[in-house]
Amino acid sequence: MSEAIVNAPAAETFTEGDRADADFGHVLGQGLDASHGVVLYVEGVSVSFDGFRALNELSLSIDVGELRCVIGPNGAGKTTMMDVITGRTRPDAGRVFFGQTIDLTRLNESQIAQAGIGRKFQKPTIFEYLSVFENLELAMKADKVVRRTLFSRLSSEEGDRIAAMLEQIRLVGDASRRAGELSHGQKQWLEIGMLLMQEPRLLLLDEPVAGMSDEETERTAELFLSLAGRHSLVVVEHDMAFIGTIARKVTVLHEGSVLAEGSLAEVQNDPRVIEVYLGR
Amino acid sequence: MNTHAAPSLVNRIYGPRAWLALAAFALIVFVAFPVANLVLPASSPLHLSAYWVALAGKIMCYAIVALAMDLIWGYAGILSLGHGLFFALGGYAMGMYLMRQIGREGQYKSDLPDFMVFLDWKALPWTWWNSDQFWWAAFLVVAVPGLLAFVFGWFAFRSRIRGVYFSIITQALTYAAMLLFFRNETGFGGNNGFTDFKRILGFDITAPQTRMALFMTTGAALILSLLAGRYIVTSKAGRVLQAIRDAEARVMFCGYDTRHYKLAVWTFSAVLCGIAGALYVPQVGIINPGEMSPANSIEIAIWVAVGGRGTLAGAVIGAFLVNGAKSFFTQAFPEYWLYVLGLAFILVTLYLPDGVVGLLQRWRRRLRSGSTVEPVATVKAEGDNA
Repeated sequence: MSEAIVNAPAAETFTEGDRADADFGHVLGQGLDASHGVVLYVEGVSVSFDGFRALNELSLSIDVGELRCVIGPNGAGKTTMMDVITGRTRPDAGRVFFGQTIDLTRLNESQIAQAGIGRKFQKPTIFEYLSVFENLELAMKADKVVRRTLFSRLSSEEGDRIAAMLEQIRLVGDASRRAGELSHGQKQWLEIGMLLMQEPRLLLLDEPVAGMSDEETERTAELFLSLAGRHSLVVVEHDMAFIGTIARKVTVLHEGSVLAEGSLAEVQNDPRVIEVYLGR
Repeated sequence: MNTHAAPSLVNRIYGPRAWLALAAFALIVFVAFPVANLVLPASSPLHLSAYWVALAGKIMCYAIVALAMDLIWGYAGILSLGHGLFFALGGYAMGMYLMRQIGREGQYKSDLPDFMVFLDWKALPWTWWNSDQFWWAAFLVVAVPGLLAFVFGWFAFRSRIRGVYFSIITQALTYAAMLLFFRNETGFGGNNGFTDFKRILGFDITAPQTRMALFMTTGAALILSLLAGRYIVTSKAGRVLQAIRDAEARVMFCGYDTRHYKLAVWTFSAVLCGIAGALYVPQVGIINPGEMSPANSIEIAIWVAVGGRGTLAGAVIGAFLVNGAKSFFTQAFPEYWLYVLGLAFILVTLYLPDGVVGLLQRWRRRLRSGSTVEPVATVKAEGDNA
C-alpha cells in the first residue's frame, strides 16, 4: 500500500474556502484521489457485537468504474460491511479508505455521503410524506448546510436535472404524488434515483431488486450496467439470476471475511463456496 | 404540470384564501378589539370587557407556544414535554424587569423587590444585573431560553437521543428547573414567583390602553411567528425536517448533518416560547414555578394534537379551542376540566389523528370530489390550497 494512505488524513483535503463554511455544517472538499485506479480500500477490518465477530479481518478493494457483486449466506457480514463503509458502524480494527486520501473511519454518515458515497438500504427508504419530486430535490447534490437550504431556491437548471432523473427512473407522471403511494418497485427506483442525484462516485446497493417484478429487475440490470464505468458500484444481492446478468467480478463473504473472489462461474465452482452454501 | 417552477415567496407561504383568513384575523386584533374595548362605551352591547381582552391575549401567547411545538413535533418529529420551561424562562426574564419597575411602591418601600426584603437580603444577586433595563430584559427573553435549548439540544442530538427518551429527558429538565425555582435561595421569588406589577416601560400596567397595547403586540407576535414558521416549513430546510421525521438515516446518507437541522429548529422553537412567555406575564400579572410543572408542558402537546400536527395553523386553532374550553369549564364545572381534557386527548388520538384541521381538510376534499372515502392522511401541510 502507498504511504499516502497512512499519512494524509481527510482533513487535509479541505480547502480554505471550505473551512470558512464549516462552522455550521460540514462541506467537504472534492478531495477524492483515485489516481491509483482504486476507489475503495477495506483493509483488515474487524467488527464485533457483544463477542460476535460480524467482520473478521475483511479486506477488499473496488476499482474505479467497477461493478462488484457481493454474495454470501445470511450473517456473512454484507450489511455490516456497508455500515462500516458508510460510517454507521465504527470498526474495532482495520482501515477504510475512499480513494488514496479519505479515511472513512474518521467521518460521520453525512460527511461520507458528501464525500461521494451513496447507499441504498435493503428496505426502500424514501421520504413517504414528501412528493417524488421533493424526494429527488432533497437528494440532489448541493450545499446541504442549514442556512443555505433555508434561503435557497430551486434554480431552473436544478429543476431540469430533477426532470431528467424522473425520466430516467420512469416516474415523470408521478412527480407530484406522495412517495408513500408508489408501488414497491417504484419506491426502489425512486431510491436509486435519489442516490444518483447525489452524484456519488461509489454506490453501495443492498438488495436493490428485492420485491421487483421480472421486468423491473431487467431494467434495473440495464441501468446498473450503464452506470458502471462512470460510477463504481457494489451490489449485495441474493438473486443469482440478477447477479448473472450484471456480474463481472463476484466476492463471496463468509463469517466476516472474503472466502472467494472471481467471475461468477469461478466462484460457483469453488469447492469452499459450495460447501458454505450447501452445508457440510 | 407546474411543479418545476419555484413559486414567489408570497404564494409559497400561503395560498390566497389563507392570506385572506390571516388578514381577517389581523383586522380582529388590530381594529375590532381596540374599538370594542376602548372606543365603545360600556353600555354598548358590542362593548368588550377587559376580561375578554385579557383572555384572548393570554390564549394568543399559548398559540405562539403551540406553533413552536408544532415546528419541532409536527415537522421534525421531536416531541418535547418540556416546552413550558422555555415559556416560563421568557416569563421570568420579563418578570424581573417588571419587579424593578415597581420601584419603591412595594409593601416595604424598598429599592429591592419585596420578597428580597422579606428574606432580609441587602443587595440584588448577580442574576439581577441590569434588570431595570427593558432592553436587557428583552435580550434575556430571547437569550436564556435560546442558550439553554442550544446547549441541551447540542448534547442530546449529538448523543442521538430520540423518540420517547428525548421526551422523558425534556420532562425531567422542566421538573428539575421547577424545583430549583421553588427555592428562595435561587433568587426568583421562590414558590410565590413575581406578582403585583405596577408598570411596564413607565406605563400603568392596569390601564386599559396599556393592556390593549400588550394585546396588540401579542397579536403581531403571533402573526409574525406564523409567517416565520411557514417560511421555514416551506423552504428546502423545512422539507429536510419532514424528511428527518420520516427517515432520518436516509437524510444522513443524503449528506445532511441532521443534528444541525434539529438543533436549529429546536433552538428557534425555544426562543418563540420565551417571547410568548414574556408577553404572557405582563398580561396575566404573575409568574411562578408552577408554569414549569410537567403537566403544563404536556398540555402544550395536547393543544397541538387537538388542532392537528404539521400544519402550524392547526396548532394555533388547537390552542384556541382547548384553552377556550378550559376557561369555560374551569368557571362552569371546575372539577370536571381535567376529565374533559383527558377525554379530548383520547378521542383525538383514536379518531382524529390529524386533529381538527385534518378533519376539516377531509370534509373539504369530500365535498369537492364527492367521493366517500379519502384514505390519504394529511400530515404534510398543503400550502397551495390551504
